Amino acid sequence: MTSNGSTNVTSSHSSDTATWTVKAGLAQMLKGGVIMDVVTPEHAEIAQEAGACAVMALERVPSDIRAAGGVARMSHVKMIKEIQATVSIPVMAKARIGHFVEAQILEAIGVDYVDESEVLTPADDVHHIDKHNFKVPFVCGCRNLGEALRRISEGAAMIRTKGEAGTGDIVEAVRHMRSLWSDIRRIQGMRDDELYVVAKDMQVPIDLVRQVRTLGKLPVTNFSAGGVASPADAALMMQLGAEGVFVGSGIFKSGAELDDGTASGHKKMLDSQRAMATAIVKAVTHFNDPQILAEVSMEIPDSMRGQSVSSMAPSELLAGRGN
Amino acid sequence: MTPATLGSRAPASPGERALIGVLALQGDFAEHIASLNACGIEGIDAVEVRTLEQLAAVDGLIIPGGESTTIARLLIAFELMEPLRDRIRAGLPAWGTCAGAIMLAVEVTNLDRPPIAAMDITVERNAFGRQIDSFEADLDIAGMEGPPLRAVFIRAPVITRAGAGVEVLCRLDDGRIVATRQGRLLATSFHPELTADHRMHALFARMVLAAKASSAVETT
Repeated sequence: MTSNGSTNVTSSHSSDTATWTVKAGLAQMLKGGVIMDVVTPEHAEIAQEAGACAVMALERVPSDIRAAGGVARMSHVKMIKEIQATVSIPVMAKARIGHFVEAQILEAIGVDYVDESEVLTPADDVHHIDKHNFKVPFVCGCRNLGEALRRISEGAAMIRTKGEAGTGDIVEAVRHMRSLWSDIRRIQGMRDDELYVVAKDMQVPIDLVRQVRTLGKLPVTNFSAGGVASPADAALMMQLGAEGVFVGSGIFKSGAELDDGTASGHKKMLDSQRAMATAIVKAVTHFNDPQILAEVSMEIPDSMRGQSVSSMAPSELLAGRGN
Repeated sequence: MTPATLGSRAPASPGERALIGVLALQGDFAEHIASLNACGIEGIDAVEVRTLEQLAAVDGLIIPGGESTTIARLLIAFELMEPLRDRIRAGLPAWGTCAGAIMLAVEVTNLDRPPIAAMDITVERNAFGRQIDSFEADLDIAGMEGPPLRAVFIRAPVITRAGAGVEVLCRLDDGRIVATRQGRLLATSFHPELTADHRMHALFARMVLAAKASSAVETT
């Protein structure tokens, strides 16, 4: 390749897109940040203004998906494009587990990350999407190290622990994060020849198991999802080893009681959601500083009412989808 | 250790260690700290910076990759913007990668908060498009010895204007500027912290050591 002719400064050669470094790299840029579920351009604007590092464009937040029942699919393309046009931060969107055509469509409209998500109704109860085939990077959920490494072997460039979306109950998010780290610490204490059995039991490639032992962490960025409903919840997940946090219903389902149908009631609700979003962003930055967490917690409205996971029937739980 | 080719003034006197901070409000600050620790320059320590006290203690600062809108808001919310601007304008060596380069610029296209505004450059955010347009390329950096540097561009900005006192360190084939230096300030559109090649970190570490040594001379 030739230089463009300027002196002293020279040129670039051999440029490549959609490499593993580039796919995993965007997730690294999101670290220490909050990714917020948004269903309208108005929400997206509030999220960006509050300091979200990315937004997840959805047709309904998970608690509404639960309430509505029926089949939950990829969001309407028109809605995703409106959100892309509204914000300058990365825009993610969800595809159903195994629905590689939804993922193709999301790639075609230029979303920055695809979440192959158990929150939507699975399209394939055996196979996940072969994510290596895409230029757009993928994030996938996990409940433990085995699920995480199976998703990474399929090409996921970012992982989030699943938690239980739409409940406002943090207990499953904690369970999954603790399980993941407990598996990682167990592997770190093993002899080389013991790793084969781990790979066999987890049904994952031995190379990934070795990588986890060397790194002492997952080989990709790992966020927490599914149940964060307050700044304290977000900081809890960070202290348990999350590198960032997804918040869904916890922001745009808070303050719902303020919306009495009047314009001023609606505005009060949005102001309250704005305060919650801002507080969670600050809590993730200073997750280890109880003094700042206390100050941040002064500024927030009531959290979403929520639904305790222990009161739910197993068939209502989403986290078991796509293991 | 190879001799410095850039920032090659006398190193600080033995025992005089330099503390390099990495702004840790949001972004890939952990990768920068790992790269500093691995860059092979002796006499430096790397720390995360989230508070005024931490900022006051450092001899140099890296502003990492991340989301520039998020970092700008957190700088303002935690009242770090003004102190940071004051320190950098008073001569604190600083290096911004990607979002960090955006923060250092005096002028930014499409950022809804004022940046730190220290380096006389104009930066355009997301200049290459969306994530599917992110890429890696081999770059020749002015003054850097050895093979080309493998550079990772993620939703990257470009430097659309470099002022009179700004040295252009690297352009892409199409002429767009992706690395600049102005005195003690360094800006790169790409992410040297995402690769195992730590030459840019070594360059910045030498800049910090040289600045510390020269300020020690001034005060004695």
